[in-house]
Amino acid sequence: MKLKSQTGITQLDRREFLKLSGVSASGLLLAAHLPLAMAENQATFDPSLFLAIDAAGVVHVTVARSEMGQGILTSMAQIVADELEADWSRVKIVQAEGHEKYGDQNTDGSHSITDGFMPMRQVGASARVMLEQAAAEQWGVAVSECHAEQHQVTHQPSGKSLDYSVLVAAAAKQKLPDTDSLTLKSADQFRYIGKGLALKNLRDFTVGTADYGIDTQLPGMLYASIERPPVIKTKVKWFDKTAAMKVNGVHAVIEIPHSPGPALFNPAGGIAVIADNTWAAMKGRKALKIEWTENEHSKDNSAEYLDELRKTARSPGIVARVEGDVDAALKSAASTVEAEYSVPYLAHASMEPPAATAHYQDGFCEVWACTQTPQRARQIVAAFTDLDKEQVKVNVTLLGGAFGRKSKPDYVAEAAFLSKATGKPIKVTWTREDDIKHDYYHFISAHHMEAGLDASGKPSAWLHRAIYPDIGTTFAPQANNVGNLIQGVSNMWYDIPNVRAEGGAPDAHLRIGWVRSVGNIQNAFAVGSFTAELAEKAGRDAGEYLLELLGEPRILTMGKGPSGNALSRGPIDMGRMRGVTEKVMKAANWGGALPTNHGLGVAVHYSFLSYVATVVEVSASADGKIKVEKIYSAIDAGQVVNTDRVKAQLEGAATFGMSIAMYGEISTKNGQVEQDNYHNYQVARINEVPEIETFIIESTAAPTGVGEPGTPPLAPALANAVFAATGKRIRDLPLVNHGLV
Amino acid sequence: MSVITVNGKKHQLDVDDDMPLLWALRDIVGLTGTKFGCGKGLCGACTVHMDGNPIRSCSMPVSAVAGKSITTIEGLSDDGNHPLQRAWREHNVPQCGYCQSGQIMSAAALLEQNSNPSVDEINSYMSGNICRCGTYTRIRAAIQTAAGEKTVMNDSSISAVNDGVQVWEAQS
Repeated sequence: MKLKSQTGITQLDRREFLKLSGVSASGLLLAAHLPLAMAENQATFDPSLFLAIDAAGVVHVTVARSEMGQGILTSMAQIVADELEADWSRVKIVQAEGHEKYGDQNTDGSHSITDGFMPMRQVGASARVMLEQAAAEQWGVAVSECHAEQHQVTHQPSGKSLDYSVLVAAAAKQKLPDTDSLTLKSADQFRYIGKGLALKNLRDFTVGTADYGIDTQLPGMLYASIERPPVIKTKVKWFDKTAAMKVNGVHAVIEIPHSPGPALFNPAGGIAVIADNTWAAMKGRKALKIEWTENEHSKDNSAEYLDELRKTARSPGIVARVEGDVDAALKSAASTVEAEYSVPYLAHASMEPPAATAHYQDGFCEVWACTQTPQRARQIVAAFTDLDKEQVKVNVTLLGGAFGRKSKPDYVAEAAFLSKATGKPIKVTWTREDDIKHDYYHFISAHHMEAGLDASGKPSAWLHRAIYPDIGTTFAPQANNVGNLIQGVSNMWYDIPNVRAEGGAPDAHLRIGWVRSVGNIQNAFAVGSFTAELAEKAGRDAGEYLLELLGEPRILTMGKGPSGNALSRGPIDMGRMRGVTEKVMKAANWGGALPTNHGLGVAVHYSFLSYVATVVEVSASADGKIKVEKIYSAIDAGQVVNTDRVKAQLEGAATFGMSIAMYGEISTKNGQVEQDNYHNYQVARINEVPEIETFIIESTAAPTGVGEPGTPPLAPALANAVFAATGKRIRDLPLVNHGLV
Repeated sequence: MSVITVNGKKHQLDVDDDMPLLWALRDIVGLTGTKFGCGKGLCGACTVHMDGNPIRSCSMPVSAVAGKSITTIEGLSDDGNHPLQRAWREHNVPQCGYCQSGQIMSAAALLEQNSNPSVDEINSYMSGNICRCGTYTRIRAAIQTAAGEKTVMNDSSISAVNDGVQVWEAQS
């Protein structure tokens, strides 16, 4: 047992005292037994890994997911505080370290609230019941007469009440209620859920006191800058450190080992310069002389590679879904439409580059890192320091943006390896160039699409071949993307009788990873653009045509494809899909008068179990440039927790989508990434981003994803708006390559 | 040896003359509120004031700021209640928050030069500051709020919504 003096929280070794039991399939845990060994003079009420109430009545909510701008720390605390009937001003948040006792901590795939909503409500409600029981016992009254509200339990017949602070000791002795016995609030009783509460740590961001991975400072710490292989899986042939060692402040030059086999989350290898400060490390690194080996990736050029993907997409691929007979329906169609689309490799380019600090000493390694996957970080640190993971502690800092990059803890392993090698605390800071050139990139893709229309212009057949190097290539030498076609290809939701979806298995020449909304980015672009092309062919309004393809409200329950692949992640509610689409079309006054040279585009997409539709309005100037004038975006994510943060995510996702559509392109030449900083990997700036009007569909359905689903519909809506304004159909992103921005 | 004044306090920096101010602030002085984003003056995350003018500290060697007075986000106001800091909280601007020090420092310089900027003027002035999370619409709104507030500096009601929530503590 040790006292956490800084926060005043008594931190018990829960593994010793608590028997943990799983709640639902989410991996979140509630304590099944109370901390019986709690010292008598410590009146902390500690009913769960995720919740403690101290003797002053301060509620400490531990959040196991990482904060990267989505507001998860505040949102999770809102859920617990609501069912607990806590006074929000007496709630504090504790960021959990990386440890399996917390269940799944991976903060990706937009599933923190989806997974955590019900268990966190149960945590709060359990504690509330125990506080009510404690009060009833003290007063000698029936618990049914005691009611918790705003940090007080009141005996309703007499009106007497007690603050939580005076009840915690007695509450800790109550039996933890059976989860099934809990009465949770109804939606109309929510006090915090569904409200736009300000971030608990909002002030820190405005005064410079928010600490990110790059901000860790330890006594005696040294700084590392690392030159990594320019082509994946190549190695150091030879290096000369003489000049680097002469740079003022440089202590050491250390080779980081090359890891054979698939990329995984291993460091890429290379040469690290260790110095007194970041600048000296960077200067020393510039003075290194290194020759690298070459390999089969050293001849890769992404332009040629994309041509190969396009060619592959023109021939039959690996079938992921078949409905009816597409070939026969195409032959008998009144007219056919064929189109090819492409989306380049993309980088994450979060404002905070990857950064981590590690301190290895006495057979224990403690790290501080901006990581989306603290448990994965713990495992890889253990592997790269030859420790058991019980000898590794991962402290999670704030993340200065992440978007999927910080799910891959290669940079954390670098810091740990270097700390062990030097015996000093080491901070590794990636430069922007490192970040752009050594990312786990969003995969480049080519799409071949065919449709047959009947005499009325309605599609009778739909074929979508989506060819790209899959994320699986990061984990295995060969991987097909059929399983990942659930992100908008194999679960294509239009009301069309004959459908075929196909994928491929091209080799990868870069490390492939997941970027905000993953495969939905390019799949939504292809599907959303092609839909508008079909409307054009049919001579129909693109918005009305889209609504017709969505069809009547119904639930689509999709099964499995020919290779046993799931076609969709969940059942798709076409009423909700239609709801968001109609919402944005109405908001944008779809079909109404527009100024000359303006155009509207619409797209809708289902991802991470949520529904988002977007309308983009653009104007075209005389010189052919496009300006985005307005964005409308609506989400149906079931019951939302923090309305303001959901709106912020829609605003951010639309902006992220604009960056992809206008500028997003990573290219390679001779196996090396050609871009290296924000001048040649551009992202949207304030002067380009218009007002964004956002809408949350009110719902009491189970919560679903929020962080990512806003991104996919932006690019197709924008491309469709460009067509409406100019008559130019953009099939290959980004727009900058077409002289439009 | 360069002597610079940071937030009113003199520092003697025994560092290479070519060390960018950013790294001197972060690694030597220990003020980490100023952020590294690109190292090339492309993103604005490292914006500080030199004698009241905004500079990109990642691209300014310490030798060029010797004898100058530097203001960082930590020194923008005594109490964290500069009209922009309050407006930022009123509009819940930050998402990840990483770029916001630089955004606020740029905005503060803008309002010093132009107390009532138009939307176009805000867009133009702030276009050197990237926010990858996409908080631009709220940055615009917050600057407009702060600009309006500058004439009523004593109105303390604006930040009330966010007072009392400064209870954040990370696990040690």
